[in-house]
Amino acid sequence: MAFFLIFISAIFVNNIVLSQFLGICPFLGVSKKIDTALGMSAAVTFVLTLATVVTYLLNLLLVKWQVEFLQTILFILVIAALVQMIEIILKKISPSLYQALGVFLPLITTNCCLLGVAILVANGTNKLPMALDHNLLTGTLFAFATALGFSLALILFAGIREQLAMNKIPKAMQGTPIALLTAGLLAMAFMGFSGVV
Amino acid sequence: MNNGLKTFTNGILKENPTFGLVLGMCPTLATTTSAVNGMSMGLATCFVLICSNVVISMLKNVIPDKVRIPAFIVVIATFVTMVQLVMQAYVPTVYATLGLFIPLIVVNCIVLGRAEAFAAKNSVGLSALDGLGMGLGFTLSLTVIGAIRELLGTGNIFGFNLYADNYGMLIFVLAPGAFICLAYVMALVQKLMKK
Amino acid sequence: MAKMESSLKNMLLSLTCITLVAAAALAGIYMLTFETIEQQKAEAETQAKLSVLAGDENGTPILVETDGFGGKMKVMVGFAEDGTILGYKILEHSETPGLGDKAGAWFQNADKPGQNIIGRNASKELVVSKDGGDVDAITAATISSRAFLKAINMAYEEFCASKNTVDSIDADSAATVMIAEGAEEDIIVEQAEETEAQK
Repeated sequence: MAFFLIFISAIFVNNIVLSQFLGICPFLGVSKKIDTALGMSAAVTFVLTLATVVTYLLNLLLVKWQVEFLQTILFILVIAALVQMIEIILKKISPSLYQALGVFLPLITTNCCLLGVAILVANGTNKLPMALDHNLLTGTLFAFATALGFSLALILFAGIREQLAMNKIPKAMQGTPIALLTAGLLAMAFMGFSGVV
Repeated sequence: MNNGLKTFTNGILKENPTFGLVLGMCPTLATTTSAVNGMSMGLATCFVLICSNVVISMLKNVIPDKVRIPAFIVVIATFVTMVQLVMQAYVPTVYATLGLFIPLIVVNCIVLGRAEAFAAKNSVGLSALDGLGMGLGFTLSLTVIGAIRELLGTGNIFGFNLYADNYGMLIFVLAPGAFICLAYVMALVQKLMKK
Repeated sequence: MAKMESSLKNMLLSLTCITLVAAAALAGIYMLTFETIEQQKAEAETQAKLSVLAGDENGTPILVETDGFGGKMKVMVGFAEDGTILGYKILEHSETPGLGDKAGAWFQNADKPGQNIIGRNASKELVVSKDGGDVDAITAATISSRAFLKAINMAYEEFCASKNTVDSIDADSAATVMIAEGAEEDIIVEQAEETEAQK
């Protein structure tokens, strides 16, 4: 039950994009079509979960050696290296998957939800329902759930934008402003979940 | 000299990071709950921008092309960590409010973007000016959005109360208000720029 | 100066050098700021303790953590020996920004007895007026107010429990609850098991 609540909390209540403001760049950037949104979602889900596990374990070493101040620098390098490695491995073992996800992988390094979630989980400041313990299991579940939340927001948003493209929009509002306004309304809808968990 | 002035004002007006280049959206939305918060975030980013621009411009000839991105990231992350430590030591309350978004300056597209697009190609002096201009431009837009959200949301501006005690359209301090407020400010800027 | 070639040796060399310099610079800054950071943290805690005790030397500061509307809420409450609330301070909260901050002043507004909890005796459970109690909730933030009062009530339970243990361990010293600035043992952290929503 408690683990189930992690999912509800991370996907709906504390949605990473719509209430935590992480990962806004890809949210605005690759949401013009549902297809690309799906690809990006899959890539983020995969890398985010993996990166969180790796950085969580590395952070234990940092704490042990009392060099926590190197956290930011180490995490971003690890994430960048991880993304590169995944790219190379995917290319070798599954060219079809690489074709689908490949273009999104380099973009992911500068997706702040990766570094953000890694730091939150490593420092134990991620929001867990019911006062759950912060450990590798809950951290991984949290990362996975967060990625699902990102995917949900991104795909919903892409669907709306596809419809929006067919409408007449006042000149000044075209482009980013209307996208932001739509995101605002979506965020308002997600606010309805607050207080559930 | 003229060139330097142009570089400096470019970041504030024409290529304003928020309204012109549409970069660094995460801190723009997340830390603008009040004018002071927006300004603190802007200044922290400004510091990192200037320092990383200067250092990268100095090192541009000793960094081989193929490893330039990781090298840039190391330089940027170093300055971000410095800001983190110094803020924790001297302004702990500000650090507590901005929290996660200070380490996240590392992945702010403006910083890496300017390193790649400007500092790697220009002299140290010009890079410093570009960093300062971009940084101040970012600070300016964050402060403006912060002030609007603070005013609409709580009736205060820079902490000074303008309305009655119980006034407040809280939605503007909350997440949806961030998106909506930025949307309208940006539409206004687009409208003005066209003319 | 000519641009460095992208040979393996050059790449490794430049990256290693940059990383080493970066690490050294950070270590330096870390050493410089380390003491100040520790001092700031200690000072913040002492300050919080002093402010919640409002000058009462026999009071007890209690630190509690509870689940609020949007996540954890960390509150320090000062009790006099008879359980009267001397003061409180919200150390951390993840409530709605504007609303959560309001709780810092709302419940200690001396001009409005309906909402002021300072000077009340916590042996009588504090409940918001909407739920039949006598504490006025923050306008438009009943859930956050409930969470806050729950924290206060929990702190009181902890206060009673800590008083009992000290009494039984140290019966000779006439049940004086030892309070000194910086005495870590006096701070009891209690995790809330229930969430606000289950209420």
